[in-house]
Amino acid sequence: MKDDDIIICRCEEITQDEIRSWIDKGYRRFDELKRVLRVGMGPCQGRGCRDIILRELAKATGEPLDKIHPGTIRPPVKPIKLALCAYGKEAEPA
Amino acid sequence: MEEIRTDVLVVGGGPAGLSAAAEAASAGADVLIAEGDLHLGGQLVKQSHKFFGSKDEFAGTRGFEIARLLRDEIAQCGDHVKIMLNTTVSGYYPDEKLVTAMVGEEEYVHISPKKIVLASGAQERLIPFPNNDLPGVYGAGAVQTLMNVYGVTPGKRVLMIGAGNIGLIVSYQLLQAGVEVAAILEAMPRIGGYWVHAAKVRRLGVPILLRHSISRAIGGDVVTGAMVCELDEKFAPVGEPQKVDCDTICLAVGLTPSNELLWQAGCKMKYVPFLCGHVPFRDKNMRTSNSDIWMAGDVCGIEEASAAMIEGRIAGMSAAASLGFKVSSENFEGCHARLHNLRAGEVGEKIRIGVSGVTVDGWEANV
Repeated sequence: MKDDDIIICRCEEITQDEIRSWIDKGYRRFDELKRVLRVGMGPCQGRGCRDIILRELAKATGEPLDKIHPGTIRPPVKPIKLALCAYGKEAEPA
Repeated sequence: MEEIRTDVLVVGGGPAGLSAAAEAASAGADVLIAEGDLHLGGQLVKQSHKFFGSKDEFAGTRGFEIARLLRDEIAQCGDHVKIMLNTTVSGYYPDEKLVTAMVGEEEYVHISPKKIVLASGAQERLIPFPNNDLPGVYGAGAVQTLMNVYGVTPGKRVLMIGAGNIGLIVSYQLLQAGVEVAAILEAMPRIGGYWVHAAKVRRLGVPILLRHSISRAIGGDVVTGAMVCELDEKFAPVGEPQKVDCDTICLAVGLTPSNELLWQAGCKMKYVPFLCGHVPFRDKNMRTSNSDIWMAGDVCGIEEASAAMIEGRIAGMSAAASLGFKVSSENFEGCHARLHNLRAGEVGEKIRIGVSGVTVDGWEANV
């Protein structure tokens, strides 16, 4: 990492430069950036970075913030062990 | 998988959620409160300052005392209110009208409520600058939790970013706790918070630098300082940055609604700058476009706890009424009048404009 790197997505350690370079390549939606960079896919699910990335997109596209799609928000909102989803409280297969 | 049934699920046990639960339960509904923290009260538990506003909304009372009053009110509801602490609602599945929640890290439950009041509050905003990932960079709310809930000071000398009410109040509380505040920076040309809070920190000698921001944090393993720059009218840095010695950088740059569950529920949303983020359209009784879901408090737009409590009461009454429980129209009208008064005047102007842009008529007809 360079000295001047600015971390935007702390969970996935994605920098401002990386985000800007993918926006320059034509990735113009939060969900597109999420697919190439994993921004918003870590433990906080975008609580820290989504806001900042939407502003970057607004700046790059010249669109007002209310026209920038914030991406699809799906459950779960925090990490959960797959075993708990699969087996419930007794997180062990029978 | 255990499935919990309830008339009304209240997501979040802060001022909005507790008020909603109290009203729905006293109308006769069975209420379940799901709270992620280990105690009820939300952000009120760490507010050691006295509230402003109207006597009806506990003006003159300290925040943590308001939390106690609300908990007492909930206790009066007896068996009508069940409480799940350490419980984070993790998802809403509209097809099944099913809510999933984590209890701690090792238990996962399904909740099947007839109606939901979302009072999930807000989260702190962050701003990008080099070295913003160094240990010692905090959100102001996190610092307040550390100090006022856990009795831990974050460092010895703090640089505060943001002169809104949170930045000013937390600065004052840091000083009370014996922590030095090097300066409060504010990017805008004016102080955002109430004058009385600003005056308190100024009397104690803390400089408030308007049109200033942080350009980078300094430090190897931890924060040892920050570079501070002046801003022009377009918020671009001017002149040479100045170094400020500090071991803690505290970001008080605003809140944004914690609206994930509203998105998952397919509620119609809109970005409203005056309400600090994406917020749902609502009718005057706080019902969203999803006829099973109401909301109250910061999740529907960043405002003060006093407004959150009234919105909670309205949402709780309305949710209970939709299930056939009797709610007095006098109560409804009283709450609407109190909310109107609270937002009257110059201070409430932005909120009034913001709220009016997302308030619709007639969702009641969809019951």
